[in-house]
Amino acid sequence: MIDRILTIIDKEWSEVFKNRMVLFTIVVLPLLFTILPLASLYFTKTTSGGDLTNMPAQFALACGGMAPQDCMQVFLVNEFLLLYMMMPLIIPITIAAYSIVGEKATHSLEPLLATPITTFELLAGKNLAAAIPAVVATWGCFGLFLLFLPLTGASSAVLAHVLSPTWLLAILVIGPLMSILAVNFAVMISSRVNDPRVAEQLSAILIVPILGVLFGQISGLILINLQLVVITILVLFVIDIGAIYLGASLFQRENILTRWK
Amino acid sequence: MILTEKLSKKFSLGRKQPPVVAVQDLDLDIAEGEVFGFLGPNGAGKTTTVRMLTSLIAPTSGRAVINGFEVGKQDTKIRQVVGILTETPGMYDRLSAEKNLSIFARLYGVKDVNGQVEKYLRLLGLWERRFDEVGGFSKGMRQKLAIARALLHQPKVLFLDEPTSGLDPEASHLVRNFIEELKSEGTTIFLCTHNLDEADRLCQRIAIFKGHLITVDTPQDLRTKLFGRQSVFHLRSLDPNWIPSIRALNGIKEVQSLDNRLVIKLDNPEEQNPAIIRKLVELNADIQFVGELRHSLEDIYLEMINA
Repeated sequence: MIDRILTIIDKEWSEVFKNRMVLFTIVVLPLLFTILPLASLYFTKTTSGGDLTNMPAQFALACGGMAPQDCMQVFLVNEFLLLYMMMPLIIPITIAAYSIVGEKATHSLEPLLATPITTFELLAGKNLAAAIPAVVATWGCFGLFLLFLPLTGASSAVLAHVLSPTWLLAILVIGPLMSILAVNFAVMISSRVNDPRVAEQLSAILIVPILGVLFGQISGLILINLQLVVITILVLFVIDIGAIYLGASLFQRENILTRWK
Repeated sequence: MILTEKLSKKFSLGRKQPPVVAVQDLDLDIAEGEVFGFLGPNGAGKTTTVRMLTSLIAPTSGRAVINGFEVGKQDTKIRQVVGILTETPGMYDRLSAEKNLSIFARLYGVKDVNGQVEKYLRLLGLWERRFDEVGGFSKGMRQKLAIARALLHQPKVLFLDEPTSGLDPEASHLVRNFIEELKSEGTTIFLCTHNLDEADRLCQRIAIFKGHLITVDTPQDLRTKLFGRQSVFHLRSLDPNWIPSIRALNGIKEVQSLDNRLVIKLDNPEEQNPAIIRKLVELNADIQFVGELRHSLEDIYLEMINA
C-alpha cells in the first residue's frame, strides 16, 4: 500500500515540477509572500506609529502597553500572517486541481485505474503530492521570514509576536489543515469537471474565506488571537475529516470513466 | 480463462429517459492461451465489455470470471492478472518512456522493476529513446509504449483495444508479430479491432458483437456457415454449355461463370475437385489454375452486422 502511495507521489511530482507555471506558484509566490512583509517592516521601521486611535479598537487594546510604532508593526505583521495561511491553499490547488481532470484529459486515468491501486491509495497519493510541497513551502518561507526579520530593524515586540503560540499554531497547524482542505476540495472539483483550468478556477473559491478574515481584521471586525486560532483549528479539523470522506465517496471510478468525458 | 454468463450493462441517462443497454446477455467462454477477436461497429459496446472484464466498471447483471476471479467480488485480484491497452492509450507526456513504465511496474507490484522495464523497452525497440519525454513520441511509438505498459506485470489475460489503430504498416507489422509471440507464449488475448484482416490472421475465434452477441466461431467456420465452400477454376476459355454437365456431378450445389472462371459451391472440395477436373478435361477445357474461393472476414462481418 505504502509503495503505491509513494509511486503516485513520485509520479505527480515528476510531472508537476516539470511545469514552469506550477514551479512558479510553488517557489516564487511563497518567496514574494515572504519578501513583502519583510520589506514592509523594513520601510516602516522609521515611520511614526501615529495615534493608536487610528487602529481598530480591538487591536489597539490588544497592544497593551506597547509603543505605538511597535503596535503598528505588530498590526502590519498580523495581516501578513494571513498570507502564510493563503500559501497552503494556493499552492496545492494548482497541483491538485489538475490531478484527476488532467489524467482524464490525457486519457491516462483508465490505465491507472486498471492497475491494482485502490481508491484510498490513489487519493492519498494525490492528496499528499499536493499538500506536502505546500506545507514545506509555507514552513520554509516562515523560516526565512524569521531568519531575516531581525535585519528589518523590527522591534523585539514584533519578534516576540511572530513566535507567539498564535502565530506558531497558525503556521504549523492551520497551514497543513488548510492544505488538506484545499487538496480535497480541488480533487473533488477535479473529479467532476472536464477542463483543468475550470478545476483550478473553481478550487480558488477557497481563498475567499481567508480574504474575508483579512478584510475583517483590517476593518476591526475580527482579531486574530490565540482563541480564534484554536477555534479555527478545531473547525478545520472537523471540516477536513468531512472533506476527506466526501472526496473519497465522490470518487466513483465508473462514473469518472463513463460519464465525465 | 474468461467466462461470462448473461453479462449485461445498462447506463442510466437520468430519471426521465430509459436506460441505454450497452451490453446484453453476453455469454463467452474463452480458453487459456486463446486469441479471441471481438468485432463490432463503433458504439457496439466493445469498450464497455472490456471495461467490465477488467473490473473498471461493474456489470448491471450477469457474471464474469477472469482467471478464476469473479468481477465485482475480486476486482483487485483481476486487475493484478490482466493487462489492458485502451483505445486511446494516454501517457504521462512530460515523463520519459522509462519513467512512464517504471511507475506502472511499481503500481502492479513488479519485483524487478528495472529489469522488466528494460526488457519491454528493448523488445519494442524503444530502448534508445528511454530517456526522452513521451510527449515527443510518434503515435506508433506511443502505441508500442502502451503495449509495453500493458505487459510489464506479465498478465495472464491481455485486453487489446485497437492495438494497430493509426499505426503505419511497419509499426502495425511489428505489433502483430508481437501479438503472435505472446500467443505462442500462451497469453490469453482479447482483441478488439476494426482491422478484419488482422483479426483473421491472429484470432483462433471471432465474436461479432453489436450490443449482443451475433455469432462466435473460428474465421474458417464462419466462412463455411455463411458462404459454404467454393472452388474456382480458371480456364483458358469457357463454354457455357459445359455448366449443366458440371452441375450434374455429385455434391455440387451451385455453378457460376465469371469471365473465364467457374465458381462452384460444393460440400467437400477435397473430394469433389478431382471429379470436376476430370469432367472439364473430358469437355476439352484448358485448366489454368484451381483454387478455393476464400471470402474475406470483411464479407462475413458485413453480412452478419447487416443481417
